Amino acid sequence: MEQPVISFKNFTFQYFSQAEPTLYDINLDIMPGEKILIVGPSGCGKSTLGHCLNGLIPFAYKGKITGSLTIKGKETKNESIFALSKNIGTVLQDSDGQFVGLNVGEDIAFALENDCIPLEEMRQRVNQVADMVDMKEFMGRSCQELSGGQKQRVSLGGVMVDDVDILLFDEPLANLDPATGKKAIELIDDIYRKTHKTCIIIEHRIEDVLHRDVDRIIVMDDGRILMDEPANEVLASNILIDHGIREPLYVTACKYAGITITPDMHAENIEKLNLLGNEEKLRSWYTKAAASPKEEAHDPLLEVKDLSFSYDGVVPVLKNVSFTVYEHEMLAIVGKNGAGKSTMSKIIVGFEKPDSGELILKDHNITDMSIKERGEVIGYVLQNPNQMICCTKIYDEVALVLRNQGLSEEEIRPRVEKALSICGLAPFIDWPVSALSYGQKKRVTIASILVLEPKIIILDEPTAGQDYHHYSEIMGFLRQLNQQGQTIIMITHDMHLMLEYTKRAIVLAGGHKIADTLASEVLINDEWIKEANLNKTSLYTLAHKAGIEDALGFIQTFIAWEEKTR
Amino acid sequence: MKTKLFSYSQLDTFIHRLSGLTKLICFLLLTTTVMLTFDIRIILGVMVLSLILFRVAQIRFSQVKVMFVFVLIFILTNFVLTFIFSPTYGVEIYGTEHILFVITERYTVTLEQLFYQMTKFSKYLSVIPLGCIFFFTTNPSEFASSLNNIGLSYKACSALSLTLRYFPDVQGDYHTISLAQQARGVEMSTKASVMTRLKNMVRILVPLIFSTLDRVELITNAMELRGYGKHKKRTWFSYKPLGKNDWLSIGVCLAIFLFTMYMRFFVTKSLFYNPFI
Repeated sequence: MEQPVISFKNFTFQYFSQAEPTLYDINLDIMPGEKILIVGPSGCGKSTLGHCLNGLIPFAYKGKITGSLTIKGKETKNESIFALSKNIGTVLQDSDGQFVGLNVGEDIAFALENDCIPLEEMRQRVNQVADMVDMKEFMGRSCQELSGGQKQRVSLGGVMVDDVDILLFDEPLANLDPATGKKAIELIDDIYRKTHKTCIIIEHRIEDVLHRDVDRIIVMDDGRILMDEPANEVLASNILIDHGIREPLYVTACKYAGITITPDMHAENIEKLNLLGNEEKLRSWYTKAAASPKEEAHDPLLEVKDLSFSYDGVVPVLKNVSFTVYEHEMLAIVGKNGAGKSTMSKIIVGFEKPDSGELILKDHNITDMSIKERGEVIGYVLQNPNQMICCTKIYDEVALVLRNQGLSEEEIRPRVEKALSICGLAPFIDWPVSALSYGQKKRVTIASILVLEPKIIILDEPTAGQDYHHYSEIMGFLRQLNQQGQTIIMITHDMHLMLEYTKRAIVLAGGHKIADTLASEVLINDEWIKEANLNKTSLYTLAHKAGIEDALGFIQTFIAWEEKTR
Repeated sequence: MKTKLFSYSQLDTFIHRLSGLTKLICFLLLTTTVMLTFDIRIILGVMVLSLILFRVAQIRFSQVKVMFVFVLIFILTNFVLTFIFSPTYGVEIYGTEHILFVITERYTVTLEQLFYQMTKFSKYLSVIPLGCIFFFTTNPSEFASSLNNIGLSYKACSALSLTLRYFPDVQGDYHTISLAQQARGVEMSTKASVMTRLKNMVRILVPLIFSTLDRVELITNAMELRGYGKHKKRTWFSYKPLGKNDWLSIGVCLAIFLFTMYMRFFVTKSLFYNPFI
């Protein structure tokens, strides 16, 4: 019988810095040439499991191991991180941060450099690998100038050059726009098919990973393996949703319609999905698109007029973009990486000055206002809370902006308390920031902006890197805020977010505004999808499978249902 | 976006093609030459050469504008201070006195003093383009590989190349953080007092340090996972052995250096070139 390439036996791991083990009693065998997906909510131990495989545990992160983990028959704790790196290549989640080399060729070569391979041979092998990941033309290019998808190719090349047997992908889809994510999954699958290497993918965007087949899904929570079955079995159970992992949208829709998913329906992929006579259930669940419920007309709050911008005066980043933000609105600005959406937000908050065009806030021209003045009416929440938090105490952090305005402590205290209680952080008011989780830190940064009572809040990728549970928590909170009358603009490439939480979306592509419409309409329009690197929502395909012509109505039914059940 | 300091720009010119080591040696030779002489003929020669090289390297003035303005302010201040503190130094050196005009008895402007100060001024001015050329045309990894090759520890070399490589990123972080803090009313302009500004600097540095530490952890892991530090040495993908042009360049710079030394010890027989006798 074939020996497993990876074998966990009663494996338990506890970080020295933690009171409880992070992994409990793991028993898992992975055979050579298998393709495995490991899913689980944040903190479930899936990344720790990955670290155990590539040797960061126990060699970089120290802790106590009981039980055994063998890779190719060798006990890992008796090996070294270098010996392990010969067997298992890791592609980390943040491809920007993991580039060691300045240009593509150099980065791919890094593992060879450390092996003291002579220059001639190194050049040869780097060329081969670059060819395999289709990056040969970009050899001399700087890694930072590449697109998200190309960066991923380079990272993959960097581990393939060592001719490892196992490829480990740690959240490969984080930070990628939908179409690029889809291509990344295709790339992994192609390499897998060509080389027959064992592939392990750790990811929580399960619908995107399942775009190509996997052999098994391993579901983890609280440091334990809960399920280890083929994808169709996993999707036929309720285990994902019960443990805060997002199911594919079409699966959720089927469940709403009262369909019981069975393994023989093959719900792991929308193309393969067989409704087995349940079409009628979907048809009767869906209600025709109500001639889109007319929103009561709100007053315009912010008008962006004919905005153009370029960083270097040569390449335009935004070209004559105009749109209006209405009061009490929750608006999404979407588009692929580099479409100009972050630049747009920077101009709105005054970090950059537009080359031409105007910004009108409630009849006042704010184009020439300073950053500080602008900050009082338009708040900006950066993607990474660590880039915003500068005080050690939560109270001080939120009070900072008011203190800068020279208010007295008596005036400040009630306002800080109010902002914190809106953000659900009232009990933590005197806590140090370091005691909070990532999601809570995010809320602290939102509170530190809310305290000024700005007219508009702009959030840059509010849910980046969050699992479904934290995503729902943050978005639920933002929706609540919006219902209390706060105008919110979100910059995102998360299509679920746009679909579920915003009524209106503005689509940017190549610096132009290509659409300004209902969020649900964006994801069924082929032209916009293509231009903005988005993906057609699987709900659209599901509607077709059920014989429903009116996909828009179907999607709207879904969103309305989501809102009701939440 | 603002032009970034110390950012290597990838072009294909004669200067870019030279090895990093060559550029370091030439840079050191030429600057030492200029440091060791007060012969304005040589200094002007080096200045012309460095301006030509600046052109050859296709460095745009906009890239170095900020640096240039700072340096200019520095040397102009230096020029004025030299005159204030030692207005007769020129006369002492050259041993003659051609008075141009008199401000006060102590501050008499002489041709000698002016000549001395102009010499000093051109010394600084001829070195700056050389420094710029070095920073803008040297590929950090290639440079690190050359240093490693002449015997420096490879860990130190890798650290150097990573620092140069991540400098622009950290600079970008700083820019974003600083803007985000300004939006929250943190005053960074000259409107605030020095103490407040210092305090506000800290408000930017704290998040910067934390986000930089995140970066460091990530890159350390990424490097270890790809076998960094396995052996006592490593090879370099971007290593360029010294070519004909490298030896030629080093030769030319060495010749300039030796010629200067020859002039200094055998022809003018003094540190200074004296046109007044």
